[in-house]
Amino acid sequence: MSKKKGLAKVTIYPDWCKGCGICAAFCPAGVFELRADGKSHVVREEECVNCGFCELHCPDFAVSVTPKEISRRKTDACVDPRVEAADPSAGTDPGPEENVGTPNREEDHGHKKA
Amino acid sequence: MAQVTQLIHDYLRHNKKFPHVYCAGCGHGIVLGSLIRSVHGLGYAKDDIVLVAGIGCSGRMAVYVDFNTVHTTHGRALTFATGIKMANPNLKVIVVMGDGDAMSIGGNHLIHAARRNIGLTTLVLNNNIYGMTGGQYSPTSPVGTVSATSPFGQLERSFDIVDMAMASGASYVARGTVLHATMLDGLISDALEKPGFNLVEILTPCHTQYGRKNKFKTVVDMYQWYKKNTVKLDRYRQLKSEEQDKFTPIGVFRDEMRPGLETRYAELRNKLQEQRNA
Ligand SMILES: Cc1ncc(C[n+]2csc(CCOP(=O)(O)OP(=O)(O)O)c2C)c(N)n1
Ligand code: SF4
Ligand SMILES: [Mg+2]
Repeated sequence: MSKKKGLAKVTIYPDWCKGCGICAAFCPAGVFELRADGKSHVVREEECVNCGFCELHCPDFAVSVTPKEISRRKTDACVDPRVEAADPSAGTDPGPEENVGTPNREEDHGHKKA
Repeated sequence: MAQVTQLIHDYLRHNKKFPHVYCAGCGHGIVLGSLIRSVHGLGYAKDDIVLVAGIGCSGRMAVYVDFNTVHTTHGRALTFATGIKMANPNLKVIVVMGDGDAMSIGGNHLIHAARRNIGLTTLVLNNNIYGMTGGQYSPTSPVGTVSATSPFGQLERSFDIVDMAMASGASYVARGTVLHATMLDGLISDALEKPGFNLVEILTPCHTQYGRKNKFKTVVDMYQWYKKNTVKLDRYRQLKSEEQDKFTPIGVFRDEMRPGLETRYAELRNKLQEQRNA
């Protein structure tokens, strides 16, 4: 599965963002930038690969990633597959091409190399 | 709004002050998100969940989420939870504690809840420090930790929460981190579905009280540390012992499916009733 860019809308809720920098540091596509106002800003939305990492890791629930094609998914549009990933084996073995751009992407950066 | 964030917002108490009180980058918020996703994914009704929390930054989770919540006293969350579970075994009782909460003042309760194997799902948010009270070292602070109460580095050997829970008799024991959020969703979901005493230790950074004093420039550095220094349990077991020393294993350490105390108690009650009626 090749990762397509520009398929998602990325939104920061500035009132809730505390500028911790997790999204900016870990986004594989460099979508975010921390600015002097102490908030994260979406600067390269078109690069977003819709991996959902920022959304799963924002401690303040201040970022959302909305796939533009969500309504075309064959799954019920109300059910995001990331929400359904609650399975202990999920994320243990991302396939080689799945490494970047899945909510499991921390795996390939983490202990894989160990 | 995308589904994941929208979902979490659906479970928050919007009459409370947001953004929540946690410091920027504090992992406790990620745990809250993971817990909500897990509960939602399993399809529990909000009213069937009781979240019992102690006191500490971790304990404040009880304020923000729209389950039945009991914000108890420091160290005693498990005692309240034990009473609730015995009184109404149909409730899903989740206990949220900090490392200070669970391992110092509440250490004895943890040992005995695990020994009894009472049906509780316990999340221990281990940030290796007393966050809320100004950064005193905790029983899980590594040797050498610089803290408000150990300015020259603490000298005591620290507890391993997973080892402690297993030695005490918990039937399900796991460890995850807030960086491995998908895995954490899986561990919490798994624990919620198991009988008996389930404990998930969650490594979560406190930069304000721990990181800053212990050579982590930013909170992001602490997440990077989890990335570099944790390893999945199956892989950990394949490492040579000198290699193992460099890593903290994460995963499911025990999964025994033993019935909880409340189930054994109900069985006894039924048996005695039958005998009396015979
Ligand atoms: C009986 C009692 N003793 C002490 C305290 C003070 N106190 C409040 S929170 C806390 C420790 C918090 O550390 P931890 O449990 O690790 O939670 P964290 O804030 O790190 O999440 C202490 C000692 C208290 N509230 N009640
Ligand atoms: S003091 Fe530590 S544990 Fe408490 S909110 Fe801040 S970062 Fe989190
Ligand atoms: Mg703590």
